[in-house]
Amino acid sequence: MAETEKTTAAAPAAKPKKEASPATKALRKVVSDVYAAAWTAKEQGRPIGWSSSKFPAEIAETLGLAVVYPENQAAGIAAQHDGERMCQIAEEMGFDADICGYARISLACANGAITTNEGRRVPRPDFVLCCNNICNCMTKWYENIARMNNCPLIMIDVPYNNHVEVDDSYVQYIRGQFDDAIVQLEKISGNKWDEEKFKQVCANANRTAKAWLKVCDYLQYKPAPMSGFDLFNHMADVVTARCKVEAAEAFELLAEELEEHVKNGTSTLPFPEQYRVMFEGIPCWPDLKALFKPLKGNGVNVTAVVYAPAFGFVYDDMDSLCRAYCKAPNSVCIEQGVDWREGICRDNKVDGVLVHYNRSCKPWSGYMAEMQRRFTKDLGVPCAGFDGDQADPRNFNAAQYETRVQGLVEAMEQNKLAKEAKAQ
Amino acid sequence: MSIYTMGIDVGSTSSKCVILKDGQEIVCKSLVASGTGTSGPDRAVAELLEKSGLKKEDMSYILATGYGRNSIDWVDQQMSELSCHARGAYHLFPEVHTVIDIGGQDVKVLQIENGAMVNFQMNDKCAAGTGRFLDVMARVLEVNVSDLAELGAKSTKKIGISSTCTVFAESEVISQLAQGSDKCDIINGIHHSIANRVAGLTHRVGVRDQLVMTGGVAQNSGVVKALEEELGHTILTSPITQYVGALGASLFAYQKALKK
Ligand code: SF4
Repeated sequence: MAETEKTTAAAPAAKPKKEASPATKALRKVVSDVYAAAWTAKEQGRPIGWSSSKFPAEIAETLGLAVVYPENQAAGIAAQHDGERMCQIAEEMGFDADICGYARISLACANGAITTNEGRRVPRPDFVLCCNNICNCMTKWYENIARMNNCPLIMIDVPYNNHVEVDDSYVQYIRGQFDDAIVQLEKISGNKWDEEKFKQVCANANRTAKAWLKVCDYLQYKPAPMSGFDLFNHMADVVTARCKVEAAEAFELLAEELEEHVKNGTSTLPFPEQYRVMFEGIPCWPDLKALFKPLKGNGVNVTAVVYAPAFGFVYDDMDSLCRAYCKAPNSVCIEQGVDWREGICRDNKVDGVLVHYNRSCKPWSGYMAEMQRRFTKDLGVPCAGFDGDQADPRNFNAAQYETRVQGLVEAMEQNKLAKEAKAQ
Repeated sequence: MSIYTMGIDVGSTSSKCVILKDGQEIVCKSLVASGTGTSGPDRAVAELLEKSGLKKEDMSYILATGYGRNSIDWVDQQMSELSCHARGAYHLFPEVHTVIDIGGQDVKVLQIENGAMVNFQMNDKCAAGTGRFLDVMARVLEVNVSDLAELGAKSTKKIGISSTCTVFAESEVISQLAQGSDKCDIINGIHHSIANRVAGLTHRVGVRDQLVMTGGVAQNSGVVKALEEELGHTILTSPITQYVGALGASLFAYQKALKK
């Protein structure tokens, strides 16, 4: 039963930390290498760029430019508990506490603040790449980074799409900007655009996307061979290294490991899976333990996250690349967003939905009330929302969260019983 | 032999207990106006046992609920207040489909099907729209919380009070007082402010007959009336509204006792 029974509530004895699997180690190395490459470039006097997560990385990669990703950096800093301090530094600089926590952390870094997370320190940028398909906060955030560091900003504007299909006029508009970005980055890098290399980079990115989707699909197994929370960690590779062959190889290795688990009936989830949920939104990085505790306590596995369909794009030329970059979670219409999520909820057989009303991410949280309504209506599963923040721990309350999780579990249980009774 | 079960609802501002006989008859109930982290829960249990003449050992099953449920470790089981309010409301109103519970520091709206909670919504982090909001306002107005309903009913003029933030609303009330506004009108404005916020949450779940309000704030007829106006729907309340969570807990305890 869902609730905490005295008989089962006893905490298991603390186990020694399990060693990471070869695939997990490989995935971590791919990301560390991205940061290391930026430092090497700096030492060698080559320019380095700071890029938003859904800027067409294929362009910088083709031109051999070293690039780091402030969103990934901010997540890493927050997860290592330096987010609050960095946010406060940005607030002292004059940035409002209501601004996205990733932006605040990054702006503190852009101004020279040094994080305690050594692995996520980056050299100051020589150019900045921003694509606002992520959100509009990005635009001002990256403008500020460029201004603080007195360096060029290459901005790609992707309009919000209120249709499911991407219109040709969108493609033309974005294509023009991609072409212009290439010209600007040729100047910055001192390298000429090489169509053959571009094809190879795209092939790598497609291979990564396919392997990523394959990994995500393992969550369809019941019980799942892993926790969907792992995907949030692995997202770092998709963001920072999707054009690199090493990322594709590491995901392929992970898929092999998961295949083995399925064959053997084992899982990396550290508890038996009783319920399956979609976790909506970015996790509260500073509070991962608190986030995980009631899920573990109630046997709840996260088997669906929207990142799976939102980052698994495959394309074959510059125009289809433009189309792919129109489809970021917050730049698509609600119908598309609901469709992605409901598809994955069905495929991955979820019993409920846990929604993070993320104080940092207004665009993502704003549409969730309507989405929740649709999930309940279309999928017949209960949803619970909780308040939190991806980077600023001041916006999360563990006790409130626990009650909501327990409520969700109790509602899922009731739902299950009702369905069973109906079936009989 | 009769089966006795106990439900304990440890809220943020008060502790409530109920002893149930054979899953039907409320034998005894107690309430202490101190909640989790205080001596309130222990005192409420002691008072309950003294009044009923029963002992803990006479209970077949004891179940704790409420914000502080996990702070009492000697019970048989803990469950969320969401399910317990749903269960208690269903016992009192078998036709219930929607429950609004305004507690000390949160608001819940529950969707009920055949007595079971199938979906719910809770307030965000802000205390606006909760019992705490009323406590803060009563203090500023120098009146007792229990007098708010009666005073608000005397209002003759509509005054708008913000529903977005307790601290903002408090300063609005202070400036209304400074401008010489009538306390009764301000109180009525406060009731509507709560109703406005809770109505938004209720619409997310959807209103279906019967609509029942539980929790301590349901004793305030001013809030209930304002909420009825906002929702355009009749709201049912029970004279033992404060005990609905504890009642639900004792009913779940009874189910468990039968399975034991
Ligand atoms: S977390 Fe949300 S607000 Fe922040 S950068 Fe990402 S999409 Fe924008």
